[in-house]
Amino acid sequence: MDEIFKPSRRSFLRGSAAIAAGTVAGGAAAQGTPDPLITELQDWASYTGVGVDETPYGLPIRFESDVVRRNVEWLTASPISSINFTPIHALDGTITPQGCAFERHHSGAIELTKEDYRLMINGLVDEPLVFTYADLERLPRENHVYFCECAANTGMEWAGAQLNGAQFTHGMIHNMEYTGVPLRTLLNEAGLEAAGDLSDKWVYVEGADASSNGRSIPMEKALDDVLVAFKANGEALRMEHGYPVRLVVPGWEGNMWVKWLRRVQVTDMAVESREETSKYTDVYENGIARKWTWVMDAKSVITSPSPQMPITHGQGPLVISGLAWSGHGQITRVDVSKDGGITWETARLGKQGDTKALTRFYLDINWDGSPMLLQSRAIDETGYVQPTKDQLREKRGENAVYHNNCIQTWFVNEEGIAENVEVS
Amino acid sequence: MSKSLNLFVPAIGVTTLALGLAYGLSSRDYGAQTIETLETRVQQTEENVARAIAEAQAAAEEAARLQAERDQLEQLAAEAAMSGSDLTAPAPVIEGKYGLGRTALPEEIAAWDVDVLPDGRGLPVGQGDVFTGEEVFVDQCASCHGDFAEGVGNWPVLAGGFDTLANEDPVKTVGSYWPHLSTAWDYINRSMPFGAAGTLTPDETYAIVAYILYSNDLVDDDFVLSNENFTEVEMYNSDGFVVDDRPELEYAEWQAEPCMVNCKETVEITMRATFLDVTPEGGGDSVMNDATTSDSPVFSASASAEPTEESAAVEETGGVDPALVAAGESAFRQCKSCHQVGENASNRTGPALNGILGHTIGAVDGFRYSDVFQEANAAGEVWDAENLAAFLADPRGSMAGTKMSFRGVRDEADITALIAYLQSFEE
Repeated sequence: MDEIFKPSRRSFLRGSAAIAAGTVAGGAAAQGTPDPLITELQDWASYTGVGVDETPYGLPIRFESDVVRRNVEWLTASPISSINFTPIHALDGTITPQGCAFERHHSGAIELTKEDYRLMINGLVDEPLVFTYADLERLPRENHVYFCECAANTGMEWAGAQLNGAQFTHGMIHNMEYTGVPLRTLLNEAGLEAAGDLSDKWVYVEGADASSNGRSIPMEKALDDVLVAFKANGEALRMEHGYPVRLVVPGWEGNMWVKWLRRVQVTDMAVESREETSKYTDVYENGIARKWTWVMDAKSVITSPSPQMPITHGQGPLVISGLAWSGHGQITRVDVSKDGGITWETARLGKQGDTKALTRFYLDINWDGSPMLLQSRAIDETGYVQPTKDQLREKRGENAVYHNNCIQTWFVNEEGIAENVEVS
Repeated sequence: MSKSLNLFVPAIGVTTLALGLAYGLSSRDYGAQTIETLETRVQQTEENVARAIAEAQAAAEEAARLQAERDQLEQLAAEAAMSGSDLTAPAPVIEGKYGLGRTALPEEIAAWDVDVLPDGRGLPVGQGDVFTGEEVFVDQCASCHGDFAEGVGNWPVLAGGFDTLANEDPVKTVGSYWPHLSTAWDYINRSMPFGAAGTLTPDETYAIVAYILYSNDLVDDDFVLSNENFTEVEMYNSDGFVVDDRPELEYAEWQAEPCMVNCKETVEITMRATFLDVTPEGGGDSVMNDATTSDSPVFSASASAEPTEESAAVEETGGVDPALVAAGESAFRQCKSCHQVGENASNRTGPALNGILGHTIGAVDGFRYSDVFQEANAAGEVWDAENLAAFLADPRGSMAGTKMSFRGVRDEADITALIAYLQSFEE
């Protein structure tokens, strides 16, 4: 079975080379010769297919087996405390299917049942409480689509062009529709009178896994749009995303979206946990580090063409497509350059951008086969314009690790092959 | 609007027809009585018709009024939709509470609320000295962090790196970078050792922290750390942080309407992506090269990863009880942070374990063994169910000097299951 045609990147590349060499490829280009796929009876048009229940929970057809998360082994010491990357180059629209949405664990993904799940609210509250999963399901809930981006997304690109693929340069991101209870509802159940003036209070959130991954969040944000979520894209969270319950902190760095959320403590100061001091702080050129850099600034990337998505069809109509997002709100505009930033055209948005969610953009062109230096530049509702890599480096140096939201450049050659580059 | 009014047109048509019929009848020469009767009927019919017309008119007016009202509502709804408000609403905030959840008991809070604040709040009573700390560290931490907290492989370096933060390659250690000592205590207590989190006693944690401070030359070797003197320790980089100042330093500058044409004179490629081999064959290391702009592009197999086949473990158990193997797989979770087994298993903190049963001790390619393992290897000792069980039960007791900092598997049934599980993987 597996010997049957299976598209792979290698065959795509061979295909593009063949086109470049002037070879006629495929039925669509054939002239005068009838296409056997049309003129001959095909097996699938004659034999029956599989019945219902063949796969009680469906997976993508095997021809899409290339669209998977990938790990870069040398980045971390162990896959148990590591990250992998969403195949954003191969997706379209904006919603990330859970099965290929990137994972980041600090002590591995754990199995925790709904029955064993407990959520404690304690600290400066009127009455410390314990909620079960069933309790959470009885509180009014909301639906929101939000992106979750690791603060280290694009972090390997500070010093130069490093990883050859949008999946690896920008794949620490996913975008899902969450169903959950506002954190403010749970805090209100416990009562915040004991906390007094809320303007200088915090919540400290931690997970049930061995790392616990605790983070401090200012009360203002906690009472604003933070969700205690138990569904994503309509179904239960996946184990690797914190089943049964995770925190959703819209627009803020992914590390704060604590998985397997087990405790929310109201405090009068930031805990200054390991994840908010030794990690997720940004060291600048003078050695001073910024802390509490929570918001993910506006950012975009062209997902196709890109190194993993070469142009295989030669000259003519070409869809340039990408993603844009901002932790400050809606994406209002995306510009695309084909010449490395000399001229820019405003791209078409797939649909009006949701606040703090991925927005899809398109630029539909007639490619004449000449090389391109493709760039995209996002603008959000605050008027913030995504900076170039040089603008960022001028402000922050090359060692910040986190929060690299620079304009990305792909060099596309005459054959349609794309490469991660930096330009002057 | 017109649609609703049309409903009444047939009714008006019928009454008009009735009127015409009545006048026609009255012009015929019938008997006076008949005429009178007819006139009465006509009169009644006229009255009925008049009433029907009046009713129809009233109904039409009512319909017109309702339609106008509806049009107005539709317009309002359209305007509302345009302006972004609609029928969606946030989860309601109620007066009072839903009364869900139950009171957390003091014992429960004590078990989970263990975080330690920068001012020392949350620290339990206890103490630990540098020498004890070194022992515990070598036992529990050194397999990843090195005997001197210098870090092994890609695992974090905990000591040194002073005054490197402004360098090209900053070394961020507890000593050089961490601004609060509470962070170290809290993290070690809560999340370490990797793979056995939460197993340290408070005194052990104090001792480990004391040893890390000593490794960083921040205290002398006779130092004893306790909840009493904890906040007196000064961290080297305590004033090395500023609160996020992007709004002041960056946002204002990057909000101008951007250039659209002739934004640059020329554009040259200044750097190409370094080579990336995401799925190296044979488990070799990936290479980051120094690609120059004159290099031809390199496209490695970044997207050609074959889908991983389902682990063949269970099918290849070769006569071993599948239930036992499954139990072993579950028990193996406590080993996974250091050991890999199965397809593509490679050496990690511990050696890969495929085909370990019947294999000479200390003979996995490419793994650097402790002296005691090298001795066993030289003596030609072979792993069997018996010596493996003894090792798993008490690693440091049966192989004194092993680098495996693991307390041992307590449950005998788990040991049997683990061995069955390991047996299911051939080399």
